[in-house]
Amino acid sequence: MRTLAAIAVFGFAMAVLPAFGPTDFMLSFLTLMLLFAYLGQGWNILGGYGGQFSFGNTVFFGAGLYVTVITQVQFGLGPWAGLAAALLAGAAVAFAIGWLSFRYGLRGSYFALITLAFAEVFRIVANSIAITGAGAGLQVPLDPSPANLQFVGREGFYWIILALTVGSLLLAWQLERSRFGVYLIAIRDDEDAARALGVDIFRTKLRAIVLVGAMTALGGAFYGQMFLYVDPHIAFGVSVSVEVLLVSIVGGMGTVFGPLLGAAALHTLSEVARETMGDTPGLNLALYGALLVVMVMFLPKGLFGLASFSARRLLKGWRS
Amino acid sequence: MLELRSLSKSFGGLLATADVSLAVPEGRIVSLIGPNGAGKTTLFAIASGFLTPDSGSIHFLGQDVTGLPPHEICRLGLVRTFQVVKPFAEQSVRENILVGAHLRRAGHRDAAEKADEVAELVGMTGRMDDLAGSLTIAGRKRLELAKALATEPKLLLLDEVMAGLNPTEIEEIIPVIHRLRDSGLTIMLIEHVMQAVMKLSEYTWVLNQGRLIAEGSPQQIARDPAVIEAYLGHGLAARIEAENRANA
Amino acid sequence: MLDPILLWSGLVNGLLQGAIYALVALGLTLIYGVLHIINFAHGSLLMLAMYGVFLLFSQFGIDPYAALPIMVVGMFVLGYGLQRGLISRASHGRDENILLVTLGISIVIENLALFFFQGDTRTIDVPYAFDSLEVFGVFIAIPRLIAFAAALLIAGLLWLMIQRSDVGRAIRAVAKEKQGARLVGINVEHIYAVSYGVGIACLGAAACLLMPTYLVYPTVGHAFVLIAFTVVVLGGMGSFPGALLGGLLIGLCESFGGLFLGESFGQIGIFLVFIVVLLFRPSGLLGSRV
Repeated sequence: MRTLAAIAVFGFAMAVLPAFGPTDFMLSFLTLMLLFAYLGQGWNILGGYGGQFSFGNTVFFGAGLYVTVITQVQFGLGPWAGLAAALLAGAAVAFAIGWLSFRYGLRGSYFALITLAFAEVFRIVANSIAITGAGAGLQVPLDPSPANLQFVGREGFYWIILALTVGSLLLAWQLERSRFGVYLIAIRDDEDAARALGVDIFRTKLRAIVLVGAMTALGGAFYGQMFLYVDPHIAFGVSVSVEVLLVSIVGGMGTVFGPLLGAAALHTLSEVARETMGDTPGLNLALYGALLVVMVMFLPKGLFGLASFSARRLLKGWRS
Repeated sequence: MLELRSLSKSFGGLLATADVSLAVPEGRIVSLIGPNGAGKTTLFAIASGFLTPDSGSIHFLGQDVTGLPPHEICRLGLVRTFQVVKPFAEQSVRENILVGAHLRRAGHRDAAEKADEVAELVGMTGRMDDLAGSLTIAGRKRLELAKALATEPKLLLLDEVMAGLNPTEIEEIIPVIHRLRDSGLTIMLIEHVMQAVMKLSEYTWVLNQGRLIAEGSPQQIARDPAVIEAYLGHGLAARIEAENRANA
Repeated sequence: MLDPILLWSGLVNGLLQGAIYALVALGLTLIYGVLHIINFAHGSLLMLAMYGVFLLFSQFGIDPYAALPIMVVGMFVLGYGLQRGLISRASHGRDENILLVTLGISIVIENLALFFFQGDTRTIDVPYAFDSLEVFGVFIAIPRLIAFAAALLIAGLLWLMIQRSDVGRAIRAVAKEKQGARLVGINVEHIYAVSYGVGIACLGAAACLLMPTYLVYPTVGHAFVLIAFTVVVLGGMGSFPGALLGGLLIGLCESFGGLFLGESFGQIGIFLVFIVVLLFRPSGLLGSRV
């Protein structure tokens, strides 16, 4: 119940924020941060709760991104059809990858490697065929109107992405109290013990990856609407794959608020780095990498683990 | 209720189960004993679907379940526990039991009620919020039992639930198992603790090097020369017999 | 039908390219065979070694082949330190953590390279870069031929080291039974670090052999890392002959795939091989461990 209240407070506070006249820069900053909190939640469901570490979530992101853009540019359909198609495409790609990987029992490092390899295959294909615009990419013509899912101000996408993020928080909250979630966590902790208790491991993992594929593709689709452009590197490069796992790990794997906390921390950190050290290429990401090592080394439970730990300590101190 | 028909299984030329046939009657407590490495756990693993036999078949409640995956066999009502207990260590006792309880109860509240009920049955009510990893050996064994019970099975395969417990703890768990049988559950035990086998079990099979070498009531088994031979080694049975004759 | 000279050249190029993949994969397979971990930092450490060779050449005029001892020792020390000081400490004994830590290391190295060297590609200009040999109508660059011979040699040396030396025996003992090795007095942490160091030292050698014909840029490791994993998985994790064979096979697959389907689809061929092997035969073609 406390979790639900926290989600409600967060959603409300963020929703009314545009009324206080934030700058465009701030809105863009928050929108991207929220988007990665949302995409990170996708990684968190499979990786944090389910223990299946994907190194290639960008394959779903990119599938959604390409499908939305392609339906508009190549087939002349509207963005709404594009969103629906993106959702389906993400689920289908996830189903195919999940079916193959889990049917043949790939776990741990092998699963990480195969997801990485699939992302690479998609990148090369996108780079080589005509319908994706090959290496040059594709551009959606600018024509702002709600029907086109393009907005003049920054608030439009801010609210949409906020809604997605709040939805993903609710999803994680609901997951923790559902059979599906209980099974997923059991699989993470001990597959054999779970099987002995009647858990269908293959089906549970497959459901999880399809859910993650669909939600990540939807995120990719909105990303496409925001920037109206796609190329193989944006869609299937390594950066999205790395960032979604990073926000979950930094924030706290297998927790409702982990990805949000992680996204907030990472985006703030990279902004501060940009302010103090200037816009130098590489330094930002080098910091991310160092942070990943440090987190795994010293705070394997993430910021959320640290926060709840110190909260408990404070409470204890206050009681005594 | 459970019928194993000429099961065989070998690992790299080593015969772990050799032509084993047995039938577990409904509503009883039966047991499987034998020296270390006799193939008891392998037999449980085959019966519960974790291993597929090289030959032979498994029938549960009149249905051929050979080759079914563990979760489907569990759904039919046959559940096993593990000799090396497998708690979900980073979760609470309640969450552990919930995994089992969800098998037949989709709803969260419904499953939680079942978990409470099972916890009471095995005497863990006061520990529901403890981390499974923080339990003592005895606690973990109880938890292993509780998780299995939460799936609402018809047949329970217990793999050494008493190993590592002290005599007091064993005395505590024996009535729990009796109560389970009285509530209609069929139970098959693998046990090293002979005190427990004698007290609990109504019928026993003895396994040695993958083969069944004897069966009968525990009292009969305890007098069987082949069993004594298997447990205590070469020639001892003959010596005991000779001594008995001399004494008579 | 295709011109036989084209097939012949495809074969030669495939084998030469494959030897380079094998060279990069040899260290990876040693690290996997002993530590049972997947070293995601492998590609970026190769890149680092390549920049090392580049700097030795451009700053001190040291020929890449002459730089070989320096690079091998330097990379060994770096690898030893990384494993002992960072990876083993951060992993808390869990495979997933090692995966994440090596990923983190690779991100740091790659982006520091981007910071210091920008995205430009750099080459070194050695007089023999274009020396070549004609074999039945196909020109073979001498430096690539040297790399091919060196790959065979290094695979042989590694095999000898593992099979015959005291360190090799300790490595095998640790790979097989960690606790047991500890009990007989082997310093397991040290052996882990040595194995990682040797694996990374192989990258130092690979960099020296690559630089005469390759160029270096901060993301050059990407091109190699997945391929190296493919080679290792194909050859069987922890097997040196497997890595060699796997490397040559992948080289041929890329070369002939490119010949028949166009260059980018030749690359896809590699990943499809990778995926298929992971799914159906994760123990690899020669599935023996160190």
